[in-house]
Amino acid sequence: MTETTPDSAARFPFFNESTTPAGGAGWESMYPYYLVPSEETTEHENAQFWFADTMHWSRGCHPFDSIGAEAVYLGVGTFSTRIFALPVSLGLDVRVVNGYVYISPLGVEDPARIQERVAIFQERAGYYYANWDELYGKWKNKMEGAIDSLRTIEFPRLTEYDPAEVVTEARGRSSAMAVIENYHRLIDEFFSIWQYHFEFLNLGYGGYITFFQFCKQAFPLISEQSISRMVAGVDVLAFRPDDELRKLAALSHELDLNSIITGDSGPEAILAALAETTNGRTWLAAFEEAKDPWFNYFAEYGFTHDQETWASDLSIPLQGISRYAVKIAAGEDISRPIERLRDERDEIVDEYRALLTGDEARQFDELLGLARKVFPYIEEHNIYVEHWSHKVFWEKAWDLARFLVDAGFLDTAEDMFYLNRFELDTALFDVVDSWAIGVPARGKKRWQAEIARRRPIVAALQAASAPPAYGIPPQQVTDPFAVMNYGVTTERVQDWLGASDGATDKLNGIPGSLGIVEGPVRVLRSEKDLPLLLPGEILVAPITAPSWAAAFAVATGVITDIGGMMCHAAIVCREYGIPAVVGTGFATARLTTGQRVRIDGKAGTVVVLEPAPDTTRASDTAAAVR
Amino acid sequence: MFTREFNDPTCQDVREVGGKSAGLAQMTAAGLPVAPGFAVTAAAYRAYLQTGGLQEFTRGVLDGLGTGREQSAFDDADRDISERFTRMPLPDSVANAIRAAYAKLCEDTGVDNIAVAVRSSATAEDSVGASFAGEFETWVDIVGADAVLEYVHKCYVSVFAGRVLSYLAEKEIDPHAIEMAVVIQKTVRARAAGVMFTLSPTSGDRSKIVMEASWGLGLSVVGGEVTPDRFVVDKVGLGIADRVVGNKIIEYRRGDAPVDVPAERRDVLCLQDDEVVALATLGKKLERIHQAPQDIEFAVDEELPEGSNLILLQCRPETVWSNADRKPAFDATAGMMSWITGSISGATAPPAHAHDTSHQH
Repeated sequence: MTETTPDSAARFPFFNESTTPAGGAGWESMYPYYLVPSEETTEHENAQFWFADTMHWSRGCHPFDSIGAEAVYLGVGTFSTRIFALPVSLGLDVRVVNGYVYISPLGVEDPARIQERVAIFQERAGYYYANWDELYGKWKNKMEGAIDSLRTIEFPRLTEYDPAEVVTEARGRSSAMAVIENYHRLIDEFFSIWQYHFEFLNLGYGGYITFFQFCKQAFPLISEQSISRMVAGVDVLAFRPDDELRKLAALSHELDLNSIITGDSGPEAILAALAETTNGRTWLAAFEEAKDPWFNYFAEYGFTHDQETWASDLSIPLQGISRYAVKIAAGEDISRPIERLRDERDEIVDEYRALLTGDEARQFDELLGLARKVFPYIEEHNIYVEHWSHKVFWEKAWDLARFLVDAGFLDTAEDMFYLNRFELDTALFDVVDSWAIGVPARGKKRWQAEIARRRPIVAALQAASAPPAYGIPPQQVTDPFAVMNYGVTTERVQDWLGASDGATDKLNGIPGSLGIVEGPVRVLRSEKDLPLLLPGEILVAPITAPSWAAAFAVATGVITDIGGMMCHAAIVCREYGIPAVVGTGFATARLTTGQRVRIDGKAGTVVVLEPAPDTTRASDTAAAVR
Repeated sequence: MFTREFNDPTCQDVREVGGKSAGLAQMTAAGLPVAPGFAVTAAAYRAYLQTGGLQEFTRGVLDGLGTGREQSAFDDADRDISERFTRMPLPDSVANAIRAAYAKLCEDTGVDNIAVAVRSSATAEDSVGASFAGEFETWVDIVGADAVLEYVHKCYVSVFAGRVLSYLAEKEIDPHAIEMAVVIQKTVRARAAGVMFTLSPTSGDRSKIVMEASWGLGLSVVGGEVTPDRFVVDKVGLGIADRVVGNKIIEYRRGDAPVDVPAERRDVLCLQDDEVVALATLGKKLERIHQAPQDIEFAVDEELPEGSNLILLQCRPETVWSNADRKPAFDATAGMMSWITGSISGATAPPAHAHDTSHQH
């Protein structure tokens, strides 16, 4: 018998060994230099473990969109490394490789430095925990202020002569200065918002993890799901958008509008048909009422310029409403019984508590209190940051793009996103400066040629999927944040290593939500494809954001590439009682629509039961639904 | 009234039916399933002794023993009494009551000539204060009313067995203070059986219920002769957290010798999900009644109808983990910030899914 020994030398490719997909050559030039692996940093890069952050960027990103990778990891870094001084964790280093974002947790190993950081951490984090509710209240104000500030941003169009007010108010400076200024404000506010995001996040996780550790000690076999169920809120902001859909579906049923609302004539026709009747107008008023802010909601996390919100693509919420309406018509109760859910949660807590000794129970109470104090932030912050703030950010970015079209600098607004934020700053200055001087913009041809070169590169990068990791895997993944948020565990990394050789009959992931289910899969790489999902299918996606909840009403299970048990997707799947396996690394790449699989939300496994049917049939079905 | 069914509240009267019967009646009243049956009361025993001068006869024989402690004298008394008892059948009133109760048991279970266990359930005046544990006999697989009467009679005779007489003399108990009630209970025909702990025996996790079960009687599980199926159930919420198929090569259809399990059944789970959950519910209930984790033997009876085929055979306190000293995860004196610091420093990252490993009973 040969004994298998763990291959300690096993590693993922280094960045400088990565293969660029055909047509993607030259991608390096599109992003800020520090996001791109370089000779100068090779030694460091090759000593690190990097995993794909497909939770935030599920596709290769446009040059401008890489600003998110800067803002997010600037935010994590400042708060972990410099502000709260997490004892053993610095920030997450970040690179863009073949268009995909990769991150690498950095640890502190020197005992003296850890000691020093412990003291700072306890003092500084202690201040936040002690004043949590008050500071969280302030946080909401800061966020609302930042969103309001973003809303005031505008890019006045350049006219032959500056407006008369510049003279009559003796402003002494051109209105065109606002274009450059507001561009800088747009960028700066975005970075601020991502600072705020991390002001509380790791402290929130810290509070939760401490309760988690307690539970794991008291109940060594307790499932992650059971722990989070004791803490999860039942009436939090994260469920509001979906609750609005349920309410509108109920109203549609009540007003006898289901035949219109469940129609497939497209949003414009549906809304027009509704406007023709009294009941329809009543419903439309409720629909309008719900829109702001609840439809300011990305189907994913709003990290790319081309993602739709519910408000910008009304077919997404209408489809959700229609799905719920069908269920109501079939006699199903789709309401979320808040009181009952809360009672159930309290019952679970009481039962676990009753199994503890007196000393344990006292600690349990203290830590449950802490976890419940911090959890609303964990559950709610996405709404403020990824949805509400990002919505305004991208709206303004698109307005700037149209400004450049109006100025005759770009052919289409979409072109702007092929420039990164520094290139855009340069181009913008060129446009304003050339306008002032009275000459045509000096870089118009230069940038248009560059955009034309980049367009096929980005397309090639997006057509390929991201390898889950690069570099040298750690013996043990000990960073609780990587485990909690990204689902990157020691086992997962080993699976990724093993799966690189192409075995496809089984995928391992993180148990996201309990339950076993078999069925055909529907692989969706983007929220735009959501209407393709058929009842009874298992949804396979890079990530599943909470805004996909209406789709969960028809999906029988969910499989994602990335995410941990605390990722927003897992929280919502548990809420809706759908089996989910998250963080599989490869599901969207390895599974094909129509393939039958069995997913086990407890074991975190996906077993392929039969090969994919031929692709033409799958697309026929898809076409029929459209 | 010479017989009482377990579900009859008066069957909880220890003085009248003995500890064993009363225990079964209490479990039945608490909604805990035991093999169905009835008690033959102490009154029936008294009625027997009052037949044909038996009581006077035994008193005479025992008085003749004086204060002697010779085992041979006890054995001689045993022989005399046994010989006399053998010639004296149960009075009709008692026999008819037992026949009627047995017939009802057959009817209730839907099994003609049901095989039963006949178990002594001795009782005594309160002043006696002894348990008689293991002193009296139990017979299994008794079939038919005539045979039941025969074995009830054997129970009565067994009160005066030589070793019992010497045990009673040792304890200075008058054998006439003892009254022999009898348990008549369906013999369990186990489709599957096993052991349940109301905690994880390997990790001590009190939030889990762990069962091991195999085909046939529980002997194969307890004796480690098979790799049983293993089921882990969340005590809170009663979700089945794990099912591990064992390799169940043999089974005991009867208590005597094992037979091979056909290949196609060896790797098929021997308990259905609803059975696992129902058993776990019973385990939880027993734990609550006894206020401590329990070690329980159970069976799924193949003769009883679904829904009433789960049978509890035995229940005792779990001792290994229950007696271990438990400390909370964090040092209570160190304070919250120190707990948080430790937790986020990854010293103990959330463990991946620990698996409960098999245990031997």
